[in-house]
Amino acid sequence: MIKHLKILEFALSSLLRRKLKNLAIVSVFTTVTMVIASILFLTHSFKKEALLILQGSPELIVQRIQAGRHALIPLSYVDAIKGLPGVGDVRPRYWGYYYDPLTGANFTVIAYPEGIRKTEIIEGSLPGANEHGYCLIGSGVADARFLQIGDELFLQDIKGRVLSLKVRGIFKKSSQILTNDLVIISRPDFDRLFGFPEGHATDLTVQVYNPTEIQNIAGKVKKLLPDTRPITRSEILRTYDSLFNWRGGMLLALFASSVLAFVILAWDKATGLSAEERQEIGILKAIGWETSDVLTLKFWEGASISLISFLTGIILAYIHVFYFSAVLFEPALKGWSVLFPDFRLRPYVDLYQCFVLFMVTVVPYTASTIIPSWKAAITDPDSVMRG
Amino acid sequence: MIFHPGIIALFLGSAVVVLMLLYISLLSVRVLRYWDIRSSSELQLSLERKTYLTSTIMNYILGYQIVSALLFIYTVDSLHTEFVGAMCATGVLNANPVGWYVLYLKVLNLLLSGLWIGINILDQRSPEYPLTRLKSALVLILLPLIAAEGYLEVRYFLGLDPAVITSCCGSMFSAQGKGLASSLTAIPVKKAEAGFALVWTLFFISGTLSLKYKVSSFKYVFSIISVLAFVVSLASVVSFISLYFYELPTHHCPFDILQADFNYVGYPLYISLFLCTITSMLTGIYEALRRKVERKDVVDRLQRKTTLSGLVFGLLFLIISLWPMVFSSFTLQGY
Repeated sequence: MIKHLKILEFALSSLLRRKLKNLAIVSVFTTVTMVIASILFLTHSFKKEALLILQGSPELIVQRIQAGRHALIPLSYVDAIKGLPGVGDVRPRYWGYYYDPLTGANFTVIAYPEGIRKTEIIEGSLPGANEHGYCLIGSGVADARFLQIGDELFLQDIKGRVLSLKVRGIFKKSSQILTNDLVIISRPDFDRLFGFPEGHATDLTVQVYNPTEIQNIAGKVKKLLPDTRPITRSEILRTYDSLFNWRGGMLLALFASSVLAFVILAWDKATGLSAEERQEIGILKAIGWETSDVLTLKFWEGASISLISFLTGIILAYIHVFYFSAVLFEPALKGWSVLFPDFRLRPYVDLYQCFVLFMVTVVPYTASTIIPSWKAAITDPDSVMRG
Repeated sequence: MIFHPGIIALFLGSAVVVLMLLYISLLSVRVLRYWDIRSSSELQLSLERKTYLTSTIMNYILGYQIVSALLFIYTVDSLHTEFVGAMCATGVLNANPVGWYVLYLKVLNLLLSGLWIGINILDQRSPEYPLTRLKSALVLILLPLIAAEGYLEVRYFLGLDPAVITSCCGSMFSAQGKGLASSLTAIPVKKAEAGFALVWTLFFISGTLSLKYKVSSFKYVFSIISVLAFVVSLASVVSFISLYFYELPTHHCPFDILQADFNYVGYPLYISLFLCTITSMLTGIYEALRRKVERKDVVDRLQRKTTLSGLVFGLLFLIISLWPMVFSSFTLQGY
């Protein structure tokens, strides 16, 4: 044990003696670790975020499918589904996308849902039950169209006429990830804007009393109404999970080439021992160091370099992802849209990510330096000292 | 499934290890053919130097095996959200049964590389390198095993199909089912506890005896019992130890204890058991190699160390596994 500590001390001082050469390796190693750690942290945070948000989504959504496309669902389906045992409330949802030619953005338009309550995420006042000609908008919409409470939002309806809506409330920035591109309007305005046929909704949300029955109810709905597509919450969660895994893995595979380049650099640096270093090892062996001691020395040198770069890389990635919202990788991982919410990610790092990171950075580095350090360790003292 | 960061890391690691192992296997073939410690030819000198490379690489491979075993379990465990019906590693392993063989091979390879390192330590401490041929032969045995592990790992992850509805630990580790897992579970708790107590008592008795007396049969018995203790303990984890951690008399899963809900207690539990088995087995292996080594005092000193650490790690394992039985209010009296 003491022997290892002494060798470690010697390794550190010999690393310090060749600052520039080692600094080059450490900085490249740190960059590679940072890039890969950023990818892992970012996808993980997205997964967590999606999970937290979807916890509140309905257990089961029923859509109608016509010719393989999502179609409007007749309200007569509501009663049919309500008749299934174990089903609670079935509610139609009215929503759609509105392309805004002025800003080039897509708004998500929702007809004012029943039972909405005044919450702290909204500024302004909520309209009464039978009012129309108003809207509640997300902060992204407000920014894009320069709107404030009391202003008018102009939209073009299905017949090309202008629909003017008074802004009654704006969602706060803190809820941006959910409400950024949202426009909430009344049912009559919604029908005018999109010209929905009578007795149809966009889709239905189904409440299921017993969570273990969800899969079963979904099957029954499909059997009862063959033209529908029931989507369970766990399916959505799983899809998000594999989507982000896939995106993260894809980027990781792309950056595998940078790991390869780094490995070549490390190999090159480790092979190209200077005459001075050779002489040093020769002298060490001449004064009684064994080959295995020199190998231990090389191991501690490699371990110090790996540890320093690995930890610095993780810290830099943490800062990059959670303080600067991962400016470098956002476009590839997040998706894109004109009205994109700008949000801070919740810091979340676990041991697993560090293990994965260790595997893709430290393992290749070590593997590339084993043979060169062995070559250095077996040098004959007399041949190098003679020069 | 291939684009999961954990899976990419595992593939990369396996590829690196198999390549390095392939390289030292070529060296080992030459060592087996030409090794002659009395010769002072150039060939012998270069072979002697290359044995250093072999042992360095094997050290790294052992390190890798440890990390990869943990990473494998952790990755499989974290994938459970993507399979309907899976709630932990069991469900994900069932999704493509090849996974079980990967797990078994990982355990086996971990034990074998640990033993290799132990033999290497003895070899390097004896001036005449008496075990070099044996070590080379062992490398050639390890190569196909680790390559098979890598191959099956690839087969496993590529064959995972998230649409498959798998059965979870709740139905697999239940007494009514068929197969090994269920028969382990179906062992009556009392009998399993008695077997567990018996094996570990024998383990400590034989360990103390082999520390005290220089009788070779004690050391062999100690090693054999340690292997027995390993198997019995793994069975006991399924049969009753895990129940105390879950405080649930029907839940027999050996993987759930690795999850955060149980404070990751599975990691120290399994790691101490592994270390205990490897070090105790080495005591017997050193005994078997004793006649090959000239410096008997080196063997004695190493055996003392391995026996002691075997006992210490065994004790640690027992403390961790018995802790909830003694200190929690949960009992299995009715079962």
